[in-house]
Amino acid sequence: MCMRNALIAIALAVLANPVFAQGLGKHISESDVAAWDISILPDGTGLPAGNGTPQQGATVFASKCAVCHGENGKGATAAALVGGEPLTSGIETAKTVANFWPYATTLFDFTRRAMPWPRPRTLTNDEVYALTAFILAQNKIIGAEDVMNAQSLPKVRMPNRDGFIPRFPERIP
Amino acid sequence: MTHQRRALDTLEIAAGNGLLHRRAFLTSGAALAAAMTGYTLSDTASAQQLTDAPWSTKAGIPIPEYATPSSYEKHVVRTLTNPKGEPRTQHARTPHHLVNGTFTPNGLHFVISHSGAPDIDPAQHRLVVHGLVKQPLEFTLDTLARYPMQSRMTFVECGGNSAPLFSNEPVQANVQTIHGLASCAEWTGVMLSTLLEEAGIDPKAKWLIAEGADSLALSRSVPLSKALDDAMIALYQNGERLMPGNGYPMRLLLPGWEGNMNVKWLRRIKLVDQPGMSYYEARTYAPVLPNGKAYQFYFLQEVKSFLTHPSPGLKMSGPGFYEVSGVAYSASGRIAKVMVTADGGRTWAQAALQEPVLPKAFTRFRLPWKWDGGPAVLQSRAWDEAGNVQPTRAEVIARRGQTKTPVTNPTAFPSQHYNGPTSWAVARNGEVTHVYA
Ligand code: HEC
Repeated sequence: MCMRNALIAIALAVLANPVFAQGLGKHISESDVAAWDISILPDGTGLPAGNGTPQQGATVFASKCAVCHGENGKGATAAALVGGEPLTSGIETAKTVANFWPYATTLFDFTRRAMPWPRPRTLTNDEVYALTAFILAQNKIIGAEDVMNAQSLPKVRMPNRDGFIPRFPERIP
Repeated sequence: MTHQRRALDTLEIAAGNGLLHRRAFLTSGAALAAAMTGYTLSDTASAQQLTDAPWSTKAGIPIPEYATPSSYEKHVVRTLTNPKGEPRTQHARTPHHLVNGTFTPNGLHFVISHSGAPDIDPAQHRLVVHGLVKQPLEFTLDTLARYPMQSRMTFVECGGNSAPLFSNEPVQANVQTIHGLASCAEWTGVMLSTLLEEAGIDPKAKWLIAEGADSLALSRSVPLSKALDDAMIALYQNGERLMPGNGYPMRLLLPGWEGNMNVKWLRRIKLVDQPGMSYYEARTYAPVLPNGKAYQFYFLQEVKSFLTHPSPGLKMSGPGFYEVSGVAYSASGRIAKVMVTADGGRTWAQAALQEPVLPKAFTRFRLPWKWDGGPAVLQSRAWDEAGNVQPTRAEVIARRGQTKTPVTNPTAFPSQHYNGPTSWAVARNGEVTHVYA
């Protein structure tokens, strides 16, 4: 077989075999990804060590969040984090932690990855637990003294937990 | 002129109010072209004696390294909701009424960004695949460039596109404002399945969580079945590297699926056994229903079409012949058929679909129209190859509800995933407005 035919044969073999492994990805370990791995699952998987109370959260909130979310989360340039109309008020009802969010873990996850908006991922895990506790307590979803940590947070039952219909159930694994 | 009129008058009428058969262009092209009037953004100038214009009598301007459109096209731009990058979402909408064809130029591709476009150094960017895999892997842009690549045309559409149609009264806005959060491009990159197979999928994995390198580390959960079907790590957009707002240097591309899930600035893919219930899936892109429940995981951008020509802002310059045209697309494959009405839905004519008709891509449809100068209401409806029909607005509203009071801000999102039709009313003076029909 001349050189050109051999190359064509190899090329065809590669195209025909979808599981041909290029093997170019650099092997790493989970510990190499640890700093980036901020995924939290609704069952609590991924929640870090640490804890916080609503009272501790109130202090952090006043200094780092109230400028956009208003005093005690009543809303300002950014969304209110407390209260909310019933969802039956109309399709354009503003969605809030109290009237909409199905999982308390999402509150921890989003606050840790994205807030405060100008300086994301600068909060300590204790601060994120405290802010989560503060927002949940302001909405009367947990008590004023409840401590939030990796064990207690996934157990918080959000008021609208059962308010959802999968649009394409056949596509949900 | 008499000769042309005679040719035009013999054309086959396909539906009421002057819609002609879609073959009219092919059979009588020359006569039709000669008598065509056009859409104008302003009034037409009166006829003049032809002379050499100044630009024809001297050498032109030097050709630049990277071309930008003619200085006469400065109005062909996206409209922005947050040009100063204040701490809230930014939207840049595609001017559908000022472009034609099926591909959106990169500078006009729509963008939604919840915190601006990160300025990523491609040499330092990393993509990590980990979680429920046999071997976690890290990729640089250079490594990905060595993998077999594929190109595919596909639309991307925001779940909130067309949201003004949920207003109980028609919002007076143009096609850019109403439907500008959808665009279509040729994307080139590495199939995600290739990378996942290299990492080795743990049988317990059912979903993946994709995350961006933007300041919000935006994350969305994607069923593994979609990831292994046609998901791509896109590196090129219409032949050049991705635009910063579209995910430079790499994004997840999920053909036909809700725009926000096509995670931009992609840096991490984690295989998991359950969805993450991230902010954007558990809260933002879950539309509220009239009974107070909400749809979750509205993955698909369902079959939709809208007319771009004519449309508000493109004034009809007198009675006569026009081409009615628009785009149609579906997450469920190719567009099979588009019907157009000029009398508010009483009679319909089938539009010509411009080849190639590609799955999950914009399909341009066209139909000749002889406008008699009277009031007309134009609307299009699309069918896809899977048998899905674009629902009427009444059908959408019956399931999904509408606002109680008219929407005053045309760029607000009273709900999401509207895929009903849009109606344009043409007045005697040639003005085009948005109506419900
Ligand atoms: C500079 C303004 C700014 C600051 C400071 C800020 N946020 Fe936000 N926050 C925003 C914006 C803007 C959004 C909406 C993000 C989006 O929709 O993509 C948001 C969204 C949120 C949400 C989701 C609200 C909802 O119901 O949709 C939570 C929770 C939140 N912020 C918590 C916090 C906390 C806790 C802090 C303090 C650590 C904080 N934010 C500081 C601007 C800010």
